[in-house]
Amino acid sequence: MTKHFLEPEELALLESRLKRKPTEIEEAIIFSLWSEHCSYKSSKIHLKKLPTKSDKVVIGPGENAGVIDIGDGYVAVFKMESHNHPSYIDPYNGAATGVGGILRDVFTMGARPVLNMDALFFGTLNHPKTPYLLDGVVRGVGDYGNCVGVPTASGQTMFLDCYNNNILVNAFTLGIAKKEKIFLSIAKTVGADVIYVGSKTGKDGIHGATMASSSFDEESIKNRPTVQIGDPFTEKLLIEACLEVMDKSLIEAIQDMGAAGLTSSAFEMVEKGGLGVELYLDNVPLRESMTPLEIMLSESQERMLIIAEPKNSKEILDIFKKWSLDATIIGKVIKDKKVVLYYKNDIVGEFELDLIEAPVYDRKYKKPAYIDKINKEIELEAPDDLSSKLLSLISSPNLCDKSPIFEQYDSTVQTNTLKGPEGDACAIAVKQTGMAVFASTSVNPIYCYLDPYNGSAIAVLESYRNIIASGGDPIAITDCLNFGNPQNPEIMWQFVQSIEGIKDTCAKLNTPVVSGNVSLYNETTSQNIFPTPTIAMVGVSNMQDVLKSQFQFANNTIVLLNDIELNLGASQYLYWFYNKIDGKIPDPRVKQHLSLKKFFDIAHKKHRLIISAKDISMGGLACCLASMCENNIGCDIKININSNPHEFLFSESQANIIIEIKNQDFDAIESIAYESGINAYRLGFTTQEQTLKINNLINVSIDDIKKAKSSTLRKILS
Amino acid sequence: MKVGIVRFLGTNCDYDCEFAANYMGAQTKFVWHEQTNLKEFDCIILPGGFSYGDYLRAGALAKFTKLASALIEFDKYGGYILGICNGFQILCELHLLDGALITNVNLRFIHKQVHIKLIPSICKLTQNIEKKILQMPIAHKEGNFYCDETTLKKLNDENRIVFKYCDKDGNVDIGSNPNGSLENIAGICNKKGNVLGLMPHPERAVSFLGQDGEHFFNFLR
Repeated sequence: MTKHFLEPEELALLESRLKRKPTEIEEAIIFSLWSEHCSYKSSKIHLKKLPTKSDKVVIGPGENAGVIDIGDGYVAVFKMESHNHPSYIDPYNGAATGVGGILRDVFTMGARPVLNMDALFFGTLNHPKTPYLLDGVVRGVGDYGNCVGVPTASGQTMFLDCYNNNILVNAFTLGIAKKEKIFLSIAKTVGADVIYVGSKTGKDGIHGATMASSSFDEESIKNRPTVQIGDPFTEKLLIEACLEVMDKSLIEAIQDMGAAGLTSSAFEMVEKGGLGVELYLDNVPLRESMTPLEIMLSESQERMLIIAEPKNSKEILDIFKKWSLDATIIGKVIKDKKVVLYYKNDIVGEFELDLIEAPVYDRKYKKPAYIDKINKEIELEAPDDLSSKLLSLISSPNLCDKSPIFEQYDSTVQTNTLKGPEGDACAIAVKQTGMAVFASTSVNPIYCYLDPYNGSAIAVLESYRNIIASGGDPIAITDCLNFGNPQNPEIMWQFVQSIEGIKDTCAKLNTPVVSGNVSLYNETTSQNIFPTPTIAMVGVSNMQDVLKSQFQFANNTIVLLNDIELNLGASQYLYWFYNKIDGKIPDPRVKQHLSLKKFFDIAHKKHRLIISAKDISMGGLACCLASMCENNIGCDIKININSNPHEFLFSESQANIIIEIKNQDFDAIESIAYESGINAYRLGFTTQEQTLKINNLINVSIDDIKKAKSSTLRKILS
Repeated sequence: MKVGIVRFLGTNCDYDCEFAANYMGAQTKFVWHEQTNLKEFDCIILPGGFSYGDYLRAGALAKFTKLASALIEFDKYGGYILGICNGFQILCELHLLDGALITNVNLRFIHKQVHIKLIPSICKLTQNIEKKILQMPIAHKEGNFYCDETTLKKLNDENRIVFKYCDKDGNVDIGSNPNGSLENIAGICNKKGNVLGLMPHPERAVSFLGQDGEHFFNFLR
């Protein structure tokens, strides 16, 4: 063989285990299985530290998706995954297949998908490629979710320089299943049939997993053939057919063919069951003429692998035929722990499963030099006109109205959407039980760059706050950890710090990590992205508990929960007006979040005193109020500010929620706050008048707020 | 009323229509795209979705199903047929309704809450709707109603325009037209008034999702 796939040291490791040289097909397959994307070889030892258990966790990490109990015999199944590199090369298909892949991870466990979310990170709006990438990604996410009929009801979009040449597309799916009808990817019975279902196999996406595991350069754009093409119509049929064979309990195990295609699904399923498999590659339905290696590594979309007892195979094949899908028996489960590949009656590859376990690396890490250069104190001059500052800030790409994106997503199909993209968290009804599931994605890469530990903690806390302020009880998270090149010790340090931050925070909040995904090598021509650990928190409560994020009635009292931490470090104010990423990031204040939860349990769940609520996050208190006015109810705020007003108004203080209550309930709210260990301040009143007024500092009309917010993205996505 | 809810391959609002019709007290049953006999039903709903992927032209492939001829037969006997979104597109492709739904003027999928105004018409399904301005979402990429001038005149003269996009006060104007539809048309019926197609989704505005869909579905009570 002239060209090797594996790095010299990994090739040597493999040879020493096999006690011989691997054949070309063996080496190529192991190259895929040992890719970062499939093996988590650089991240595994750190991921192990994350808390993964609570009384609500049914299945934690290791399966296709995490599973939590949502009561009355039902579970929620969810996960988030990245599709970063493909989306940069081909934004439409990259994003679309990202959605398709995460949907399969969820319905493969027997759950009907009921919610999609996306977390998107682009370069700055004035970068020449950003409009094209944004447009393609949004169309891709939309077209796929819309066609399969799963609402995309929440998400986040940010624009920062560090993503100019390496965008991030993180997709989340949540499904609902009966607790006793969860399906796993573990082969159990020797002699069971291995059934291939779904689309035919083609040459698309060969070596996609390995592309996703290397850094990017100008040449990478030529990798377009490694980006898969999605077909949401086939996916829709696949969902219905799979759920039908599961409902009839005809199958023993099932797994989607994701990264590294047939290879990873077949290997993983038998490995988990301590068994082996024979595959007859001639039987795989093909779109075009392909070699055995290409068949094994194709990442053609909308395909699943099923393991079933032979007595059920005919009924399974018939059901897939009814849904116009290919279904073929392509192999048998065997007792020996090995994978044997047959092609035209020859053995073309044989793998002892014990010998091919991927290596695990404890990569070196060290604190990056930039960390010590960050200024501790940020002092900014007081501006003359705070009204115009506010209008400018809410027009900035990170704080502007995202509806030009969300209007391209069907957020109400399935008739379950109680709260959609207008809030920080969405709420989806579970009609079977009268409950609602809540979900929110969150991360601020600026915080994570300046302080990966606390920044990652805040990502967890913000999503926690979003769930509480929407009326839900946070239960668990899934994470999508997007980082740069792990072979760079400074990047590895960011990763390790971030894991520690997530670990400690999730442990204190009792919101374990039930599933997740790691995307490394987000580096293009030596520029690494900011650490971006996207967190998606999932919560549960009764359908009646859902709270709106905008003011609902005039002449109500507006209350601020918790004191404001005065600090413009790492703020959008600093970034937008001074183009600086600097300063000490906000204090995470984990304990106060637990107090907020206690407060909402009593004030909202028990006494129904809260009418609307929204947390303070990017842009601070002033931007939060501006957003709450969007329901055409104004507000008149009169409060003692014992500091620089711009610091009070735009600090991104954590653990603050603004609530709307009836005037007569303020005393009760104050005493519940006291009992919960937080302060409550009367900020002012909601008004019929269509203005946002704060003391004599800010006076802007709701019309101007909407105009400022809406034009930024509308110009690009017209 | 006994309602059949059609499932083509790619239909994705089938359960939503079942939910809404059941909520209104109707008896429902799914109708597979290969079914040829619809005699047991009083009303057939063609739900939204992406039948056969809508890759060729929205609704274009559904007309080649076995069910298509059964629908034409069902119309002959005066059975009620309601097409929502993709269902409306399919009814146009089947020529059970006039005109066509072309791509939205902004060439994008649009999901948003809209208001529609009930226009006095010969449609049998909408005679008992008390509320004249209804709010519900649209969710489509091909919802821009188009027809030639002769057809448009006919639709007007024969009182077959059933819904128009409007603002919250009922003004039918350019600002409230979400997709470029001729004369803000959101829904039309056939000559006999037994076949209705509309782009907005009334099934997404019933029960805990709103009341306006319940006004719309009054005919199912």
